[in-house]
Amino acid sequence: MAQHIDPTLNYEETKRSIGYTDRSVSTQETYDRIGFMSGLEVHQQLKTEQKLFCRCPAGVYQKPGDFDAEVIRHMRPTLSELGEYDGTALMEFKTRKEIVYRLKSKTTCTYEVDDTPPFPLNREALSHAIEISLVSKLNIVGEVHITRKQYLDGSIPTGFQRTAIIGVEGEIPLKNKNIRLIQLSLEEDSCREVSDVGHTRIYRTDRLGMPLIETVTYPDMTNPDEVKEACNYIRFLGRSTGKVRTGIGAGRQDVNVSCKGGTRVEIKGVAHSRWIPDLTHIECFRQWSLLSIRDILNERFTDSKAWKPTHTLLDVHAYNSKNGFVKDAKTNGLKLVAVNLPGFKGILSHFTQPGKMFANELIERLKVIACIELPNMTHTEETDPLMASADWEKIAILLKPGENDAQLIIRGPEEDIKTALETIEERCRMAFAGVPPETRKSFANGTTIFERVLPGADRMYPDTDSAPIPLENEYIEKLGQNQPEEVVARYRRLKDWNVPEDCFTFIFRKNLFPLIERIVNELEMSPAFVGKFFGHAVKWVEGQYKPTAEFDYKIIYALLRFLKQNKLDPSIARRMLPTVYQYPKMEFASVLTSIGYKVVTKEQIVSKIPFLRKKLAEIRLSKGPDVEHNWIMGQLRRQAEGNMSMKDLHEALGA
Amino acid sequence: MTDDIFQGYKGAGLEVLKKYNVRVWGQAVITTTRGEFTGTVLPRSENDDDKHIVMKIPTGYNIGLDVATITGMKETGYKKANYKIPEKEFPYTEGLPRVKLIGTGGTIASRLDYRTGAVIPAFSPGELYGAVPELASICNLTTEKVFAVFSENMAPDNYKKLAIAIGKEIEAGVDGIVIGHGTDTLHHTAAALTFMVQNSPVPIVLVGSQRSSDRPSSDAALNLMHACTAAGHGDIAEVMICMFGPTSDEYGFLHKGTRVRKMHSSYRSTFRTIGDTPLATITRKGLKPIKETYNHRRKDRKVTILPFFEEKVSIVYYYPNMQPDIIDSLVENGYKGIIIAGTGLGHVNKLMYPAIERAAKAGVAVYMTVQTLWGYVHMFVYDTGRDLMAKGVVPAENMLPEVAYIKLGWALGQTSDLEEVKRIMLTPINDEITSREPYNGYLIYQGGVAEVEDFIRKVHK
Repeated sequence: MAQHIDPTLNYEETKRSIGYTDRSVSTQETYDRIGFMSGLEVHQQLKTEQKLFCRCPAGVYQKPGDFDAEVIRHMRPTLSELGEYDGTALMEFKTRKEIVYRLKSKTTCTYEVDDTPPFPLNREALSHAIEISLVSKLNIVGEVHITRKQYLDGSIPTGFQRTAIIGVEGEIPLKNKNIRLIQLSLEEDSCREVSDVGHTRIYRTDRLGMPLIETVTYPDMTNPDEVKEACNYIRFLGRSTGKVRTGIGAGRQDVNVSCKGGTRVEIKGVAHSRWIPDLTHIECFRQWSLLSIRDILNERFTDSKAWKPTHTLLDVHAYNSKNGFVKDAKTNGLKLVAVNLPGFKGILSHFTQPGKMFANELIERLKVIACIELPNMTHTEETDPLMASADWEKIAILLKPGENDAQLIIRGPEEDIKTALETIEERCRMAFAGVPPETRKSFANGTTIFERVLPGADRMYPDTDSAPIPLENEYIEKLGQNQPEEVVARYRRLKDWNVPEDCFTFIFRKNLFPLIERIVNELEMSPAFVGKFFGHAVKWVEGQYKPTAEFDYKIIYALLRFLKQNKLDPSIARRMLPTVYQYPKMEFASVLTSIGYKVVTKEQIVSKIPFLRKKLAEIRLSKGPDVEHNWIMGQLRRQAEGNMSMKDLHEALGA
Repeated sequence: MTDDIFQGYKGAGLEVLKKYNVRVWGQAVITTTRGEFTGTVLPRSENDDDKHIVMKIPTGYNIGLDVATITGMKETGYKKANYKIPEKEFPYTEGLPRVKLIGTGGTIASRLDYRTGAVIPAFSPGELYGAVPELASICNLTTEKVFAVFSENMAPDNYKKLAIAIGKEIEAGVDGIVIGHGTDTLHHTAAALTFMVQNSPVPIVLVGSQRSSDRPSSDAALNLMHACTAAGHGDIAEVMICMFGPTSDEYGFLHKGTRVRKMHSSYRSTFRTIGDTPLATITRKGLKPIKETYNHRRKDRKVTILPFFEEKVSIVYYYPNMQPDIIDSLVENGYKGIIIAGTGLGHVNKLMYPAIERAAKAGVAVYMTVQTLWGYVHMFVYDTGRDLMAKGVVPAENMLPEVAYIKLGWALGQTSDLEEVKRIMLTPINDEITSREPYNGYLIYQGGVAEVEDFIRKVHK
């Protein structure tokens, strides 16, 4: 069988034909054309002492290899309250995973491993969640019902997450529009994965059971930047209450994306909001590509139900390959099974994501569902073929393919081959329908891989171990009293104060607005100076240095108050900051000494100007109009810092 | 049944549903002072208050709405849920053993009960096959529900019915019997069946689950597979309890019905053999004996069914400063047998002596067991013990208190001759009294000790 297709060329051609453009050159028109639609599920851990349903400490972490005991579980699908099995549940059951939990006695009790029923819900977490629901303008429920949400991947040893709705139907304002919120729920966090190889998945249970809120938006975002903006807003809202945890892993979001004619696909566990634009852009185009594949296939087959792949077991000794694909199969006792996919020529190498083609969709599912480690497959449309065309010719004699067919070879343990074949057939059949509903795992480069079948509402079940919790009006009113000012109002105030926009994210991310406001009011300092001091200077030192002790932002308040009390100009604060940040316990007077500050009067400084003017005249080379001004500023700046404002110095120079 | 459309609602909750003409399972829009809510109205659990309406919102979650905040309701549709485990006919496979599963209630298979908001058992071969299809490759299963009671409600009449039902099945030629049972009093039933069903030619395996089968991490499915394997393929023809060995999904234990006890309120591995080792470990691949001697499976159908029980028997758990009126009131109320769970080697305080004497004189059978659970009653060691024996207390060796209670009820059900009762009590039927305690019978590890921690790290709990 001759190969009549150049995979690289086909990839580029299909990429062009679906109209893929880089995000940098994409506009709202691009997204309108493909019907970009996106919604968010933003998770934020709550700042509580203990976990949600037991009395283990929250926020104590273990290293992957550090554990005191291991427990093994297998998960089985069960019926939902409405009497149905969930699709994900059945997929996970097919994978036959052995789940190992690594327990550390400090952070895990018998509740986490599901050997004890839940203790009453953590009230501190409940009040935090209600407060954040109130600032998110949600309708608060009258009674909190704990629901079990099934997760068969093993990330929770019970096989379900205990979760409860606190509020529904809210709204958040973005720059140009409002985004509607579906709900906010209080839930227990899941385990952290250690590894997932073959049929064994290992988790650690330190994070398991920590209280978390999930804010869910409607799919109101119509371009990638809006998704990021909405995500930041929701996170800042939570942080503005001071009741959420910050730091690595404390916040994650699931991003839902679809294109026109596509399906809701959920990109799970995105750790940074800055990854969102690329991820949503690429996912939307991946769906657009799958629709193109659907159209090609439906043109080739009038009756997709009649479509059927064929397969044959290969003799591992009869073939050769690059990179040990065949040789390693021989050494490790793996089977090689060739599959013919009728009418799939040009489909396997069809563009789906930058650097990925349709064949990757098959490879990823083989890994996840059939549990076959990579490389688990090779095919006739690899841009860098593993097998020579002569070998494919030999396989063609066995499979007797038609002109428009494509072939692939699965490599895996014998016991997984049946599931592997089913998986290939199932995914190919889905290609006739378009975009399968999935959850996908994200990568920093903006691409994603298959993670699970998307679960539906069919995985909900009332938690028969917990009683409902009524929420009285008085309780909610009391919690409403200590509400922070709205984030959007703070946005506007920062703008009015002329704080540059590039400072905003840092200020809201670290919930610094209340502190800035306090400094402005109590120390009577210029808001623009204070805003920039945090948004530029503090942000910069955090990226440059490591503090020797815990650095609390309140130290900045103390620093500025010290300068004011000692009648020093606040401009010196920038020079002091690196030292203050690195040695939070050092006295400010010592910091001044260590950076070489000397008291000089304003008059003394200004009196040096005529001398410097003369000096410059002797040595100056260039003739620009600002040269003199800038040079003298440069000469006097360090002496002036702390002793006079830069503005006054400019004026003294005749600016 | 007209009330069913407001299933579980009462008082203010019922009023508001009636006022706005909204039914349970009705899809409704509800306006409240806290905003608008949309969803399906669900039944309310009987024990919950009358101040809230429960609804399932479109995302699948349940919420409650405070009746006092409701300003309007409108039913827009109706969809009743049908909670049913998919029922498939249990396939017959030539060559596989015939196993009978006898249902008593309990959580092997269960579904949601809106009356109490908890789970209720569901049970039929079809349902079980729908939930645990692996069973079909282990045995040919038939089922019979003898009665449906929760474990804590099991009583002597149930033991007798079970024993008779087992006898019939054995005569009918089954290869093994599995009994699905709640776990709380599983060991009482196991002891009762040991005494009531003697000389069984086939395994009689009692099984339950600590996590109900409506949860993905339930131990029900694996326990049931283990039990069916032991009943259909195992060589041990005794009354046994089959439950998790470790809390991990790895293997189960087969415990002798007379030496086993539930030792943790919620752990999966809650059942432990006391004062001995378990009979065997069991996996889906088969049974591996731990004990060297046991009753082997036989081809004959010779089984003895002895369904007797005197209900006027009690256990008295001794505590310091217990007053004699406790014993007196039992005697006055016509009790015929008393098991004392005494301290240490089998002791009670002096205050009790006259009451015990009165009981013995009144013809009440009084037996001593130990609340330490492990070890023998040794009443010759201290004067207290000798005094008690002189007053008519019979030491029950290393019989577990619950087992002694069941056995005394069973013995008194057959005879009121106290000498005959004593003979029955002290003649072991299946190791309820053992002549020796193996050194590895007593094992309670203490966490924190370096060696134990090392063990826990390496061996799955």
